[in-house]
Amino acid sequence: MAEAVFAVAAVLMLAGAVGVVASRNPVHAALFLVQTLVGVALLFILNDAHFLAAVQVVVYAGAIVILFLFVIMLLGVDKAEELRIEPISGQRPLAVVVGAALAAMLGTVILTGADVLSGIRRGGGERALDGEATDIERMGRVLFGEFAFAVEITAALLTIAVVGAVVLTRRAARSDEAAPAGSVGG
Amino acid sequence: MSGHLVLAADPMLAGDIGLVEVALTLAKVVVAFAFLLVAVMLMIWFERKLLGGMHQRFGPTIAGPFGVLQTLADGIKLFFKEDLVPDRSDRFVFKLAPYLSLIPAFLAFAIVPLGGDFNSRGGEVEWWDRVTYLQVADPPVGILLFLAMSSVAVYGVMLAGWSSGSKYPLLGSVRASAQMVSYEAALGLAVASVVLITGGLSTHDMVVAQAAEGYFGIVPRWNIIVTGLVPFIVFAISGTAELNRPPFDLVEAEQELVGGFHTEYSSIRFALFFLAEFMNTITMSAIIVTLFLGGPAGPALVSEIGGVGIAWAWGVVWFFLKLFVLLFCFVWMRATLPRFRYDQLMNLGWKLLIPVALGWFLFLAALEVGRDRDWSTLAVTVVALAVFAAAGLLLARAVRSGRSHPGGTAEQTGEPAGQVEENV
Repeated sequence: MAEAVFAVAAVLMLAGAVGVVASRNPVHAALFLVQTLVGVALLFILNDAHFLAAVQVVVYAGAIVILFLFVIMLLGVDKAEELRIEPISGQRPLAVVVGAALAAMLGTVILTGADVLSGIRRGGGERALDGEATDIERMGRVLFGEFAFAVEITAALLTIAVVGAVVLTRRAARSDEAAPAGSVGG
Repeated sequence: MSGHLVLAADPMLAGDIGLVEVALTLAKVVVAFAFLLVAVMLMIWFERKLLGGMHQRFGPTIAGPFGVLQTLADGIKLFFKEDLVPDRSDRFVFKLAPYLSLIPAFLAFAIVPLGGDFNSRGGEVEWWDRVTYLQVADPPVGILLFLAMSSVAVYGVMLAGWSSGSKYPLLGSVRASAQMVSYEAALGLAVASVVLITGGLSTHDMVVAQAAEGYFGIVPRWNIIVTGLVPFIVFAISGTAELNRPPFDLVEAEQELVGGFHTEYSSIRFALFFLAEFMNTITMSAIIVTLFLGGPAGPALVSEIGGVGIAWAWGVVWFFLKLFVLLFCFVWMRATLPRFRYDQLMNLGWKLLIPVALGWFLFLAALEVGRDRDWSTLAVTVVALAVFAAAGLLLARAVRSGRSHPGGTAEQTGEPAGQVEENV
């Protein structure tokens, strides 16, 4: 059963990943990305990480890719992309190098860790998994107990980022313009 | 990879899974799906009939008794109409979009407890020696599944508008997705309050908690009372906005957008969008019943007939009664309230519902902490109210100054939420 689910999820993810790279239309690429993310959510469920699976769908599929689509649609770049122009010079050779490095790293992990495919880790994986508590409860205890300070700092960082983004964009706007919310729908 | 999959907290699926378990689960899925389809048919008729009554006209009268088969007739008509795919559309996505709205609508319904005896048996029913719940699934993530599905449902609307390859559908879909994404935040915060009170995500546990002994013997322990009404109001409003139903149906504002995101759709695909819309309305009402109105919990007036226990059936009866009341309210709101303007919609969501829902959630959390630490409830309430007032004033000032000098909004709107968080 578990192997079958893994196979389905893996095929979904890989097909999606290939689709993201191969499709010429940015909207199609974003949809393939959703497919990959759903596959990841399936793998999370397979590993009893139900909360992570739900968050994966809510945050990545439900918010981040929607944001991508918004940008794509509003900027009107939803046409097949012009591949002859290189926006950042030296981007392609660099991409090849980084890609090769990533492939080498993944290859090393797969070759050295014999249990990579079955998901069993050599050590350190035991502590979080004991007890009867649900995964959300355990995660809550770890996040708001052990790492409470880091969580708060991250929250502050995100708030500052949002405020900063708003300040930067609003300064550029003319002062006689109406609130931007009204202009979205026309 | 773990040896077994934890699919649900349902006791039937905890042990070995044999033929009976599979058959029961399939039966539950089929019953739930059939129920939703029939309910949509009746809901459309009910809405038209009720609107007719409120407008001093008859509504559908021809097909069947009281026009009850009108939806069926409309469905058959739509089915046989020519199926048009616009020339400039993205064909695959255009065909995919209706299903992307339909499937989440049904999946979210799977977590709704539909019945069961919550007075003495904790919602369990026993069929063929298998103890189970009267809901399709009780996943460990519970209500998060509903939030996930409502965020996935945005794709249907968004892609339908984009793939049509014409202007008005795109405008309609951008509007709709902005609206749905905005109101999801308020929706989630209202749900968080219920999760905080229940202490878990499972919808079954929520109903069990609400079925417990109430106050003064007559007031039920429903979350609408336990969470203090505010999350219910926030959820009901943002739920309506999430559904794109009136008064938040800017998506389909005919005067401005022709027909909204489904302008280019015809025939069965158009019918699928309508099916999804009404399915979502029913699912949303069912979720409101589950979260705030005690789900199937209620007294079993006659617990057995001729030696056969029917206490579980009372749960079904109560559930449908509550669902019916909510559906009536949805139609009532449609007949009563005029459509919002787009900026009013966004202001209501971002500047009122989200801060109120967040503030109320923190207040409930503070009360909970206070109960743990033996603080005086009165003191906690007074301090929380003071913080509310301060944060509200700050927010109002920020909004005002943002309106007069657009440059100054950002620093100040960021503050109140942080303020509440630190102080409560």
